[in-house]
Amino acid sequence: MAILQQSLTGRNEDGALELEDIQHFLMSRPPARAARYEFLTFRSAACGRAWLMGLIDKVGTAKAVGSNLVDSRWVTIGFTWNGLRALRVDEASLATFPEEFRQGMAARAEILGTTGANRPDHWVGGLASRDLHAIAILFARDVAERERCRQEHEHYLVQCEGVELLSSLDLEALPPFDYAHEHFGYRDRLSQPVIEGTAVEPTPGSGPPIKPGEFFLGYPDEEGPAAGMPQPGILSRNGSYVAYLRMKEHVGAFRNFLREHGETPEQQELIAAKLMGRWRSGAPLVLAPDKDDPSLGADFQRNNAFTYADTDPNGYACPLGAHIRRMNPRDTAVNMNRRKMIRRGGTYGPPLPEGAPEDGIERGIAAFVGCASLVRQFEFAMNVWANDPNFHELGNERDPIFGTQDRTFDMTIPKRPVRKKIRGLPAFTTIRGGAYFFLPGIRALRYLASLGDGH
Amino acid sequence: MQHPSKETFMATPAPARPKETDWTKPAAMAIPKDGYFTLEKGRYGPIFPKTPACHGFSVVAKVIPGREQAIRDYGKKIEEAVKADPFVLAPLRLHYLRWILFDVGSGLHFMYQGIFDTDFDKYLEDAVALFVKTGITTVFVNLEGWPEDWKTNVAGVIKFFHDHQCPSFLEYGEYPYVTADEIKKALKLKAAFADMLDLMQ
Repeated sequence: MAILQQSLTGRNEDGALELEDIQHFLMSRPPARAARYEFLTFRSAACGRAWLMGLIDKVGTAKAVGSNLVDSRWVTIGFTWNGLRALRVDEASLATFPEEFRQGMAARAEILGTTGANRPDHWVGGLASRDLHAIAILFARDVAERERCRQEHEHYLVQCEGVELLSSLDLEALPPFDYAHEHFGYRDRLSQPVIEGTAVEPTPGSGPPIKPGEFFLGYPDEEGPAAGMPQPGILSRNGSYVAYLRMKEHVGAFRNFLREHGETPEQQELIAAKLMGRWRSGAPLVLAPDKDDPSLGADFQRNNAFTYADTDPNGYACPLGAHIRRMNPRDTAVNMNRRKMIRRGGTYGPPLPEGAPEDGIERGIAAFVGCASLVRQFEFAMNVWANDPNFHELGNERDPIFGTQDRTFDMTIPKRPVRKKIRGLPAFTTIRGGAYFFLPGIRALRYLASLGDGH
Repeated sequence: MQHPSKETFMATPAPARPKETDWTKPAAMAIPKDGYFTLEKGRYGPIFPKTPACHGFSVVAKVIPGREQAIRDYGKKIEEAVKADPFVLAPLRLHYLRWILFDVGSGLHFMYQGIFDTDFDKYLEDAVALFVKTGITTVFVNLEGWPEDWKTNVAGVIKFFHDHQCPSFLEYGEYPYVTADEIKKALKLKAAFADMLDLMQ
């Protein structure tokens, strides 16, 4: 009854998270080893709405995913601004969405720093196209379940004439499965913000729980009550924005670089650690500056329990320009709680066996960044943390792993007595596509599915 | 230590990315009317280039009639805020700030001019958050065009700063491109050397 009351007033009196109305995607990470992203276009509004109506019951809510561990697939649906328009959301409503979302990621490439080889005209899968309207994200317990769901959706799409698949991407976790890692071998999923009101305890060093309004529309954020939400409220409430990025990893080039800059395997590991700010085991350099400590890397009670300002102000342990020090400057940036984002995603492409030469097969990470404000959270991270050459007054550096690199930027590794400077860093990654999506709440999905053409 | 043999005064043609800069050589830069050489898009508007006088802004707005004293009183407030916490404005990476009231026949105007080391566009939200926290924003409520809902409308506040920013057409630096951090480091080093020399007596 309380839920009904909320849906009628569009308000939640006590500010508690409406878990039954929020898509699970940013709230919980189910135990999936395979995934598939399908990028869709609607040739007609009616078809798009019919497709959506038939899928709503399959969309996982935060409540269901949190409580039902026997499930083995998790569906999420999001729309681009062009997609909302294709479903015939009226122009007045469309105009209330923030400018960056209306423009879409491709139009914001210069701001994001996705230039050169990362430019949208090189993107694949129709992601830079105005025809990109929706994404269906499927996470599955294993590849077999992913295949079953893929076929099911394929059959469903046949019935939905007018809804077409622009492109798709299959993802699989990389073996060994005992911990999440990407193609370069770095342990992944180490730091993730905790949302206030979810009863999850932040691990030491992860910072206090973050107000839900930083990730879900309609809730108080770190600044105060929700303000400036897109209209109508039923469409925006419990929704989130996600920025999608498909990032190719040049594993051959990365390994060559390590060999070029390290004579022994130990030196190569140290170079890899200096680029990331953590050893590939996950152990942070601030806590393990000279030697890897895999047990530290695997221990979530310890692997985030560090800061920079007092422990490592000059970057002798973790270079100022290392990936994790740029993408999460911890106590060396102000207003960190307004820059937090929730990351989801996985790896695609086969692993490149150790010692094998580059085989030309595309492999990488295809990930989502969830937030309540793309311009304040995601675009800031791209514009400043990843790609501002003068971040931390470094002068001529970008994120060594994630930034746009073209052999004109450097990497400084502070060291006594004299720092080491690697000039002309090659690109270890290339952005192959990206898009901004809005993930509506469940009520909002129903609202969209029931829109009329004259709405 | 190297000293400039001759002081040169040259108009620099649009350095796209001044990677290597020479602090020993004073420099001036003439800037096109729009405030930039080529349009580079930031998150909220055009990016203004770093000049020999670093980054900066000059925000000019008309004072609402009768509010002059309120603005003057505010000067004391900021003085006290900085006295209470000398590093309260540190996140802005400032060199200097100047607040000016003037009337050249078109009514009383307010100018807020800052010289700092970060790009105006990049840390706008942090600056606005700090303005709110320290009460700097309270002076702006005395200006025409300031959004009434500024407390909840960060986008509106950012737009005000963009709309009222008057880009320079010429900037000069006696020690060009040097950051406040570098200056502080140099002074620290000088003090450390002085101490060391004292100890060696």
